[in-house]
Amino acid sequence: MSERRTPAAATAARPPATDDGEAGTRRDRAGSTGPGRRSRPRLRPGWFQDYGVYAAIVLVLVVALVTTPGFVSLGGLRTQLIQVVPVLVVSLGMALVIGTEGIDLSVGSVMAVSAAVLPLYLGYGAVGGLLAVVVVGVVTGSVAGSLVAFVRVQPIVATLALLVGLRGLATVVGGGRQTQIINPTVLQLGRGEVLGVPYVVVVAAVLVVVVALVVQRTTFGRQLVAIGGNRTASRLAGLPVRRVLVTVYVVSGVLAAVAGLLATARLGASTPNTLGELLELSAITAVVIGGTPLSGGRVRVLGTVAGALLVQLITALLISNDLSYATAQMVQAGIIVAAVWIQLGRRRAS
Amino acid sequence: MSSTGSTTAGRRAAPPHRGEEPGSRGEPGEPVLEVRGVVKEFPGARALDDVDFTLRRGEVHALVGENGAGKSTLIKVLTGVHRADEGEVRYRGERVRFTKPSEAQDAGISTIYQEVNLVGLQSVARNVFLGREPRTRLGLVDFRRMNRDAGALLADLGVPVDPTRPLRTLGLGTQQMVALARAVSTDAQVLVMDEPTSSLEPREVEVLFATMDRLHASGVAIVYVSHRMDELYRVCDRVTVMRDGRVVHTGELAGLERLELVRLMLGRSVDARTERSRDDGQTSSDEAPVLEVDGLRSGTSVRDVTFSVAPGEVVGLGGLLGAGRTETVKAVAGALPVDDGQVRVRGSRLRPGRPAGSLRAGVAMLAEDRKTEGIVPGLSVRENIVLAALPRLSPGGLVSRARQDAVVETFVRRLRIKVSSPEQPVSELSGGNQQKVLLARWLATHPTVLLLDEPTRGIDVGAKAEVQGLVDELAAEGLGVVLISSELDELVRGADRVVVLREGAVAGELTGALVREDELMSVIAGAADRDGARACAGAPDGPAGGGTSTGPTTSRTTGGAR
Amino acid sequence: MSAATTTATAGTGTRRGRTAGRFAEVAQRRGSVVVLVLVVVVASVVFDDFASLRNAENIAVQSSFLAVIALGMTFVIITGGIDLSVGSVFALGGVVTAWASQYGTLAALGVPLALCGGIGLVNGLLVTRVRMAPFIVTLASLLFARGLLLALSDGGQTTYLVPDGTALTVLGRGSVLGLPWPVVVVVGLYALGALVLQRTGYGQTVLAVGGGEDASRLMGLAVDRTKLLAYTSSGLLAGFAGTMSTARSGAGVTIVGVGLELTAISAVVIGGTLLTGGAGSTGGTLAGVVLLGVIANIINQVGSLDSSYQLVVNGAFLVAVVVVQTLLARRQSP
Repeated sequence: MSERRTPAAATAARPPATDDGEAGTRRDRAGSTGPGRRSRPRLRPGWFQDYGVYAAIVLVLVVALVTTPGFVSLGGLRTQLIQVVPVLVVSLGMALVIGTEGIDLSVGSVMAVSAAVLPLYLGYGAVGGLLAVVVVGVVTGSVAGSLVAFVRVQPIVATLALLVGLRGLATVVGGGRQTQIINPTVLQLGRGEVLGVPYVVVVAAVLVVVVALVVQRTTFGRQLVAIGGNRTASRLAGLPVRRVLVTVYVVSGVLAAVAGLLATARLGASTPNTLGELLELSAITAVVIGGTPLSGGRVRVLGTVAGALLVQLITALLISNDLSYATAQMVQAGIIVAAVWIQLGRRRAS
Repeated sequence: MSSTGSTTAGRRAAPPHRGEEPGSRGEPGEPVLEVRGVVKEFPGARALDDVDFTLRRGEVHALVGENGAGKSTLIKVLTGVHRADEGEVRYRGERVRFTKPSEAQDAGISTIYQEVNLVGLQSVARNVFLGREPRTRLGLVDFRRMNRDAGALLADLGVPVDPTRPLRTLGLGTQQMVALARAVSTDAQVLVMDEPTSSLEPREVEVLFATMDRLHASGVAIVYVSHRMDELYRVCDRVTVMRDGRVVHTGELAGLERLELVRLMLGRSVDARTERSRDDGQTSSDEAPVLEVDGLRSGTSVRDVTFSVAPGEVVGLGGLLGAGRTETVKAVAGALPVDDGQVRVRGSRLRPGRPAGSLRAGVAMLAEDRKTEGIVPGLSVRENIVLAALPRLSPGGLVSRARQDAVVETFVRRLRIKVSSPEQPVSELSGGNQQKVLLARWLATHPTVLLLDEPTRGIDVGAKAEVQGLVDELAAEGLGVVLISSELDELVRGADRVVVLREGAVAGELTGALVREDELMSVIAGAADRDGARACAGAPDGPAGGGTSTGPTTSRTTGGAR
Repeated sequence: MSAATTTATAGTGTRRGRTAGRFAEVAQRRGSVVVLVLVVVVASVVFDDFASLRNAENIAVQSSFLAVIALGMTFVIITGGIDLSVGSVFALGGVVTAWASQYGTLAALGVPLALCGGIGLVNGLLVTRVRMAPFIVTLASLLFARGLLLALSDGGQTTYLVPDGTALTVLGRGSVLGLPWPVVVVVGLYALGALVLQRTGYGQTVLAVGGGEDASRLMGLAVDRTKLLAYTSSGLLAGFAGTMSTARSGAGVTIVGVGLELTAISAVVIGGTLLTGGAGSTGGTLAGVVLLGVIANIINQVGSLDSSYQLVVNGAFLVAVVVVQTLLARRQSP
């Protein structure tokens, strides 16, 4: 029987087709989806996406030094720091959510709800107000997280629905008007400072450190990143995928609620009608500019801080050069598109 | 044969030449589709290497080969999904160069994919006519005609379904028939069917075959990809076998024995036997099994699988692609839902469908697809290794670098993982080292049972030997191992026992001295009591001698019954 | 014989489950109409002023701008995308209309269409060519359009007025056969939209692309072109809605349209279009728009209720509908 072998069959088994061959085919199936695809900018993978933001901050500061006297001063930068706080705090939560390959569009509305609820509970003292704010964050975050993790609604869809509903809720709860804050502790939080550093900045700095530590040093943080990097593999490795997802949205909700508190304290008034509008966009921008790709799998906390600062600086610089807020908005739109484009370049390069 | 050559080819196929072609099986017709010297490279691999392929009019041509053989790539070149780097494709005598699927379709080459590639939300009729809907005089879509035509078409294929029903409400088999109807309605001259039966019930397969017979009779040429031997012999006239990107055989199927076909696919001959290096006396099946799989059923791929693994034993799972090996271990590991049957680890029953639960019970699975199911690309080697063991290594939920480093260091040394530092991104490693990282991930969980699905695929020869040696070591330490490999020598070399699966059920089991490539191939081919017997008779040590000493060869041949 | 076997196979799942599933599906697809009828009936009984021709006309005209925007959104969502820029583009269209009206009616109609269509086109290009996520692209153009609008109006300080007595005013305030022009336009656009979606090859492709992009490509459909056209027409329609709004109010108001994209999405989804794409109808969207309009009208009539309850209702509706859609989709494709 065995004499009937064809010559080809007799050749010794060559090493099997390499994995790349199969993967290449597979990738190409997904890639085949675009016969008319254009090439994206090819950047050296890595550093530009990761560290470009710091370079950009330096560049902006240099430009400011030359063009705008008084901008790069202790007082000037202090103002920028104070103004960036709400966006920054929200961005921290957003970075975690995006790290899991999700998105949280509800953050601006959560801020508003938090601001609306705050005055109602300040009757129980500042602690009562703070508790109420945290509860707002936990509840809204759990709803978003449960929708994503258990009902398996796409994150963008679930949080978009919450964006709409919570904005209405905030207006309803707040009675559609501005409420002055009279609680001295909250006002002190907004206006006071320690060693020349405003409290709001201190709080934001503490939150940055805490989130950075959570990401780097806790099982939760590492599991979050793994889930964003490869959900199937994480599930197979026995990770509690759903629990981590829900927790991530809860954290994002709480941080947004705290941002609402900080913004309200700073203003000295609760303005649930407008507070946090389009803030989700600024937060996403900060996160993406900071080197966290929208496709998840990595979280860059410091980069996010830098991203938030960069957007703030550019906006402030344009405005202090008598360019309108309108122009600043258009520029920001351009920055977002550019940042996402650059991050897409990374995904392609790797 | 017919006068097709005289028609001006190259444009949209003029109404078919049906009827004039008796479509007699086996008789050589004129070539419809010719592939000459086609080369297709992907980064790091040559998927097609100087491939010649000829499809004749009115034939059913089987295209077979194991994973990575290049079948899918060839099909994609034929259907305009990929473009060949070198070589030419001639269709009806003219050289063609399709740049997208629609061009191939317009020319008369239709494809039916393994997974139904239709739009589930839309009605049956819309799916049949998407992109070329019949129009009214006003240029609007004529639904009445569309539904009528689709209904007629499907009835013609023997599938009278209501064409207005949403596709997703139909069974998979019927959906596949709708895909077929779509292909037929384009007046296809060539039909490419990529494992069309892999998700079908047996009776659905019958309907599909009946339809294929009709098409065949009307002169349509069919390229048929499948791993099921019975099907191939039933419906195909000729066969082309591919391996490692090359064509290794083309010819009539009728004269080719099953065993020979399997040999061609696997690239082995009976003579090229590797000696088993394992020490047979080492394992004792008397010990209570660490893993018992009993009557496992999961989806359409795993129908009835029963086997057990003793501590220190390596049990091989043999079979062709699509036999249900991967799905079996996935179901055991909780990655696929279990419809029936049970899995016991050290006697206690496993709750199905939960990877975390299976892992806690001591079952670790090295998945087949390293990229999508294994590595987390953004993380470092260290983090990839500790991923599954993270809770154990992190007291109070806080990551302990000291504990991690200890584990990572142990495994990097023991598995000889070549890294510049544990902090190196895992995506920078070679395939072999990535595989070792994953192996380390599972070993770090202290498993009792290790399921290895193609552990040496796509890694270089050196790493392969190391991984194989490691599996031996692990078994010697008392771990129960299930080993899946498409390479026979690897199974024979590494396994104490081989359970062969065919179409989702156990087709036979080889123990002791019977764990040989020729035996294995016979059972895989489903020819244990036909060609296989003859082949074995010719071999130096027949089944009788080896079989009595260590245990009987069970060959419950279930494939033929279906 | 083979016929019999296949028919049996066709009906996977128990009959009861299928019936329940069908009911849920019909409820999801036609629910907006049922709820609309219920709400109208109840409101007619409860409020004296509700069931009057005048109030009906009021609701219809008030809803007409949203209706035009939601029509474009319907197409975009069916392709599996989303357009968050429509609110800003709507406002931009309005201001540009008012600005351009000093150069004649043709300019007042054409300039905003060109500009807003251009924004939609860029959205589409970024989504199809660069493969950026639709939500981020359209969020960015939301910001861009709002910035452009503020720049044009000096930060909202300049309000352009439409000269009296032009044809534009007729579009806003006039009526034909007793029907206000905005309503006539909406009816016309929706008739056209329904025709395109249901009866043209383009419409079939839109539905197919949203139902399965990869499958559509393998079937040889022009996926990118289809999506490009959807985003462009969404921009065009949002801009045109702005033109209509300005024609009615006689001035380009800069503060309109904030959050309107969310109302539009709500209307589309409440109307039974799957937010994940692949299925939907223009008729459903129209019902959704009218339903939201009726609810707004009722909230107004109650008087004691803040108009922001509207948002709460929208959001609650949206969450409920999305959850039902997701559960249905999961049940039907195991």
